Amino acid sequence: MAKRIEASNVSSYYGSFKAIDGISMTVEPKTITALIGPSGCGKSTFLRSINRMHEVLPGARIEGRLTIDDQNIYDSDVDVTAVRRMIGMVFQRPNPFPTMSIYENVVAGLKLNGVKKKSLLDDAAERSLKAANLWDEVKDRLNRPGAGLSGGQQQRLCIARTIAVEPQVVLMDEPCSALDPISTLAIEDLMFKLKDRFTIIIVTHNMQQAARVSDRTGFFSIDKTGEPGRLIEYDDTQKIFSNPTEKKTEDYITGRFG
Amino acid sequence: MGDDPSRSADANAGGPVVTTSHSRAAGGGVPPTPLDGPPLGGGGGLPRKARFSMETGFRGLSTAAGAMVLVIIIAIAIFLVSKAVPALNANTENFLSYKTWFPNDAEPKFGIAALAFGTVLTSVIALLVAVPIALGIALFLSHYAPKRLATPLGFVIDLLAAVPSVVFGLWGRDVFLNPVRDFSVWLNTYFGWVPIFGGDGPFGRSILLGSLVLAIMVLPIVTSLSREVFQQTPAMNEEAALALGATKWEMIRTTVLPYGKPGVIAAVMLGLGRALGETIALALTLGTVFEISFNVIENGGNSIAANIANTFGEANATGRGALIASGLVLFAITLVVNMAARAIIYRRREFRDSAA
Amino acid sequence: MSLLEKTPTGVGMTPDNIRARKLSVVVNIGVAVLAVLLSAAIVLGAGIGNWVLVIVVAAALYLVGLYAAASQVEGRRAARDRIWKALIYSACLLAILPLASVVWTLISKGVERLDGNFFSTSMNNIGARDPMGGAYHAIIGTLEQVGLATLMAVPLGVLGAIYLVEYGRGRFALTVRFFVDVMTGIPSIVAGLFVLAFWVLIVSPWFNNGTPRFSGFAASLALTVLMLPTIVRSTEEMLRLVPGPLREGAYALGVPQWKTILRVVLPTALPGIVTGIMLAVARAAGETAPVLLVAGGAAAINMDPFGGPQSSLALYVYQQAGDASRYAPARAWTAALTLVVLVLVLTIAAKLLARRNQLSR
Repeated sequence: MAKRIEASNVSSYYGSFKAIDGISMTVEPKTITALIGPSGCGKSTFLRSINRMHEVLPGARIEGRLTIDDQNIYDSDVDVTAVRRMIGMVFQRPNPFPTMSIYENVVAGLKLNGVKKKSLLDDAAERSLKAANLWDEVKDRLNRPGAGLSGGQQQRLCIARTIAVEPQVVLMDEPCSALDPISTLAIEDLMFKLKDRFTIIIVTHNMQQAARVSDRTGFFSIDKTGEPGRLIEYDDTQKIFSNPTEKKTEDYITGRFG
Repeated sequence: MGDDPSRSADANAGGPVVTTSHSRAAGGGVPPTPLDGPPLGGGGGLPRKARFSMETGFRGLSTAAGAMVLVIIIAIAIFLVSKAVPALNANTENFLSYKTWFPNDAEPKFGIAALAFGTVLTSVIALLVAVPIALGIALFLSHYAPKRLATPLGFVIDLLAAVPSVVFGLWGRDVFLNPVRDFSVWLNTYFGWVPIFGGDGPFGRSILLGSLVLAIMVLPIVTSLSREVFQQTPAMNEEAALALGATKWEMIRTTVLPYGKPGVIAAVMLGLGRALGETIALALTLGTVFEISFNVIENGGNSIAANIANTFGEANATGRGALIASGLVLFAITLVVNMAARAIIYRRREFRDSAA
Repeated sequence: MSLLEKTPTGVGMTPDNIRARKLSVVVNIGVAVLAVLLSAAIVLGAGIGNWVLVIVVAAALYLVGLYAAASQVEGRRAARDRIWKALIYSACLLAILPLASVVWTLISKGVERLDGNFFSTSMNNIGARDPMGGAYHAIIGTLEQVGLATLMAVPLGVLGAIYLVEYGRGRFALTVRFFVDVMTGIPSIVAGLFVLAFWVLIVSPWFNNGTPRFSGFAASLALTVLMLPTIVRSTEEMLRLVPGPLREGAYALGVPQWKTILRVVLPTALPGIVTGIMLAVARAAGETAPVLLVAGGAAAINMDPFGGPQSSLALYVYQQAGDASRYAPARAWTAALTLVVLVLVLTIAAKLLARRNQLSR
């Protein structure tokens, strides 16, 4: 089910500002890929380019080819909403819909896609919440506001909401940066579990986290502020953290820079 | 002289505790010179709380100002009732059910029924017309228009919200009357079989004209407030919806509209309050007929406020009392509307507050 | 995992089905042309209306046609998205027409009497056949009444807001806040009636040998009642935006609370407070109804707001609108233009000031 993602020479712009330059990488199905690097190096921009969320911002545009199983998602006849359904996204700060209950939050994506039958929605809600390791904590209060949960629970609710629409790929943009260590651990456990089914790409500032969860790691960096971000090195996580090829990567990993 | 900190030990009433004996440190770098006079900290023992000080004075003053609001409200009630009661006693008809307005006769006859009906009908029609359009413009400004267009356009809308109602009334009577009359004739010709478009004319200075002028007047107010609410929708929620594969409209329906609902209700209720209390625009456009009729295109229609403006000039003592009584009814109607709005907003609180 | 593997909802997308057909611009324009032609044929053919109806019917037909075409080509969801977008754009166009007409009429009719005479004479001794006459007395009235109302409402409103934010605790504060809300909803004509009952009919006879007397001051009392809740509300909002640490910093230095409020809190919130006050003033300047009831509306110049009837610009517009003279409409429109300029200058200044405000929501 999970799909291979191939970026070739992808550059993203905000107006005239070039945020990332010529990124090329291949992400294998059912793996976890971590993107690391200093702030402002364009890793989030690249992540948002993968499901075309980048273009939501006014003036944002992209060059290059981004394919999923050889289909370029930037082709003019591709339906943006279909791309985003296929490639789900979890954001930095937990963002459950404030006006909806836990249950409504989980099935929001399904309802948008025209699923109306109550039994299907109930099934999907239970399945997704269980997959997100949240079912036991919320099964008795599904009709309470989603925003009333703790931060870690909210983030897992967002993950449940994302996987409820059955995406192929899940993008995570620093999903644990707003969470405490215990919630972070819960999310990391969840990632291992989801890996069986989804291709996961995660942006993180936390190098231990990248080392713990990912199979492959990409290191992004910029030469100086105002320059576009580049992919410096992309390899097996083990190799990046033990024996990186590039001097820059080593400096960053060992804390001498960034 | 009360500005000596030592005298104001009660300054901690609403805030953190003030340690008066250290107040000298406020001098910032000036070494203490205790021989220059009585120390600021109050000398040996802790300073006593003064009975009268600037602090109590200022507190009393601001409390009095707050209480003034209550005084004014109570005064409004007392004085209006005291002037209305004699007129109501002199009334020879039932005030609530009688339809016409002859309070200046030797045997005063007046009733609020037709006026209250006209007030509510014009306001409701105005809102039915204005609110969908206002929400459309608000969404256009907050989510569809490019920023370069949305900012100046939003500014213009804000300015239009400030235009006095007398200007809209004048425009309605001098300019808008003709197209509305043509439209009324057309409606009557082809839809005359519908009771609200029936009648034999003359047409023009009708409920329709009054309502539409009210709608145009209320439009910028509702638009401006709704736009503000829509813009406050958290961007991260909008992105979440888009990331689930929502189209733009679906994103608006799942995040922007539910989030803005309490604010929009408040805006609509404010608009309704304005429409109900609107005097001059209706005094200039309605046909001033004391009748309860749903016919919206024939000359006619009246409202409590417009009636006050129109008949105040020739009112005698009883007439003034009668108008004041009608004003009380208007006040009661607006009060009910405001309360209802607040109740609706409070009911949605649970979901909103936990989002903060 | 078995539970995960089931996908009964069938909404999942795969790379094979992410492509969608798009409605081409040609079809879009075609639908529009067709709608106009069809509408013209129906309306003009049956003779049931003129070009206005053609446009209205064409717009309706276009929306229906667009929805049908888009549903066929792009699917229901995309079609709905298109339709709502079209509806939102049409709402804008629909609203712009009357609002633009108001502005255009105001300017085109307003400049007719925009001369020196208008701003230097009153309506004293101006008969129905007299083309001259001006609004000098009304401008004086507006300035004096609004000025007096501001003098009364601002201290009261700001102090009231200070009470609510800094001192108010418990039941009484809640009651005050509730009644401020109630007061916001008072229709302006009711405020006028109140001042009529209270000041004109009961109090003013004491100063005037027992006969009720209209005056500009009575109008400013009514305007005060209208301005007070707005000022309390906006000031309260601004004071609440002042960061708590700022106050605590002052308290920690041993500054008493009243001094903290006057020297630290108020100056920080000042731009916002002034913005709120200016908006309230602008609204008060445009009020007609209360002035109509209590100011008397004199035709001659009366500089004394406490002695005898005065007029105001808004009231002048209303009076001229009701005047049978054929020169009256021009005077009404010019006065309306003057009034709008006055109100807009205040509003624009307030908005510009608000932009420079550092405290923000």
